[in-house]
Amino acid sequence: MADATPPPEPLLRPTVDEDGAPFWDYAARGELRVQACAACAALRWPPRPCCPHCRSFDTEWRRMSGRGRIWSYVFPHPPLLPAYAAQAPYNAVVVELAEAPRVRLAGNLVAAPDAPLDSVAPERLRIGVKVQVVFADVDGMAVPRWMLERP
Amino acid sequence: MDLAEVPPPMASLKDATAIAGIGRTPFAKRLAEPEKTLACRAILAALDDAGIAPSEVDAFASYTMEETDEVEVAKAIGAGDVTFFSKVGYGGGGSCATVAHLAAAIATGQASVGVAWRSRKRGSGPRPWTNTAVQLPTPAQWTRPFGLLRPADEIAMLTRRYMHEYGVTRDHLFNVALACRNRANQNPAAMMYERPLTRDMYMNSRWISEPLCLFDNCLETDGALACVVVSAERARDCRSRPVYVHSAAQGLPAQHHGMVNYWNDDPLSGPSWTAARQLWKQADFGPQDVDVAQIYDAFTPLIPLSLEGYGFCGRGEGGAFTEGGALESGGRLPLNTGGGGLSEAYVHGFNLITEGVQQLRGTSTAQVPDASTCLVTAGEGVPTSALLLRAD
Repeated sequence: MADATPPPEPLLRPTVDEDGAPFWDYAARGELRVQACAACAALRWPPRPCCPHCRSFDTEWRRMSGRGRIWSYVFPHPPLLPAYAAQAPYNAVVVELAEAPRVRLAGNLVAAPDAPLDSVAPERLRIGVKVQVVFADVDGMAVPRWMLERP
Repeated sequence: MDLAEVPPPMASLKDATAIAGIGRTPFAKRLAEPEKTLACRAILAALDDAGIAPSEVDAFASYTMEETDEVEVAKAIGAGDVTFFSKVGYGGGGSCATVAHLAAAIATGQASVGVAWRSRKRGSGPRPWTNTAVQLPTPAQWTRPFGLLRPADEIAMLTRRYMHEYGVTRDHLFNVALACRNRANQNPAAMMYERPLTRDMYMNSRWISEPLCLFDNCLETDGALACVVVSAERARDCRSRPVYVHSAAQGLPAQHHGMVNYWNDDPLSGPSWTAARQLWKQADFGPQDVDVAQIYDAFTPLIPLSLEGYGFCGRGEGGAFTEGGALESGGRLPLNTGGGGLSEAYVHGFNLITEGVQQLRGTSTAQVPDASTCLVTAGEGVPTSALLLRAD
């Protein structure tokens, strides 16, 4: 017998391009790494082909502690794409990394790695709150999420 | 003396060209005619306003997220041989750049009659952010999957940080929404002509992306507009009073990343700061001499951010600037006097250009007495552009 309920639409999978591919490869291993210049050591984000400081094309991916602070956050409400509307209002955050505050990553604050995007009470979100990276499985892809350092 | 060694003088844009004609269709949530038809109607109206035959048009400029192109438009309106055409990127950031490109082309002899236009059915058509195949590549791959799906979400993120760092409040954002709505209430062409706004309505409206509510967001509009740019000399012989292009600039700041500008050293100083430096450098007057401003208002927080960027106040003072009716008629800087994108029509900012022209002709529905200078800006957040217009 056919199931009358259509399968829930998945969240958007990140588009992987050549510059960013290593980020997702490391994420699949549970590592948060940021692109850095192998010549002058400057971190850069988002990834790109060469260093805007010394113009070297030699690149490495530096492992981060995964600790950071919420730089800003929003609560999107509908109209939204169906998979997101189903969880709305949810939070979206920008996190500044502890080792490199100018490297900021967009993400979501969650109660557990694979918990929904609305799993943390809105009043727990504050600018400056300390968070720690975790990785969720989105449609078979490891995607960073953030959990409160002190839940 | 060998003449070949004397470099020619650099051509200056300052007052070398003028907007000689403007035209538009009605604005509505839904217009029956297709975008190409609307574009032709607006362009022909602008040429008629200038008193210039369509066969004399030899230059076109548009900006992206525009479905009609110069080939289709030129053959429909019966333009002559076209020798200059350009299309500027970044949607609403390109509005003023169309006039800038035409001015540069005309001042350097590449063309003589230029048309810039916008035709869009965003009121009845699809929302751009729903097309994820187009929206997901760099840099949105780093934001969209996390639910920052729409421009409103991206700007809301900056807004929360702006409020945190500088004490900007929802009342400041309401001041912006109210000024635009009040001007729209004076403008029979505005979509919000007979729809007054109160603080109560604003504070109790639904969220779109908290901290931005419904009234912090622009309208969704079908409509088309156009303007005609010619040399200043020719403009003085045209049917309508000329409005001179005094200064023009584009702005793409170092290390900028588009509307999701979270990744440079200072995300709260956007492209307007870059455009402003170039704009004022070329001008004979400064921010204190601007009589009326048409500032891109897809979202209310773009106004205080732009007020800072264009030098009307200091860093972090944009919210406070809006207090005491500063943006209203008779205030320190009357804003978006046709109602803007928030309350007249959202057509990627082109109505701000035509309203600037109306003000300097003395024909606005919310006329600033004796207005002789006007700032017009394009989308802030994205790579942008701006114009300083001067009356005859």
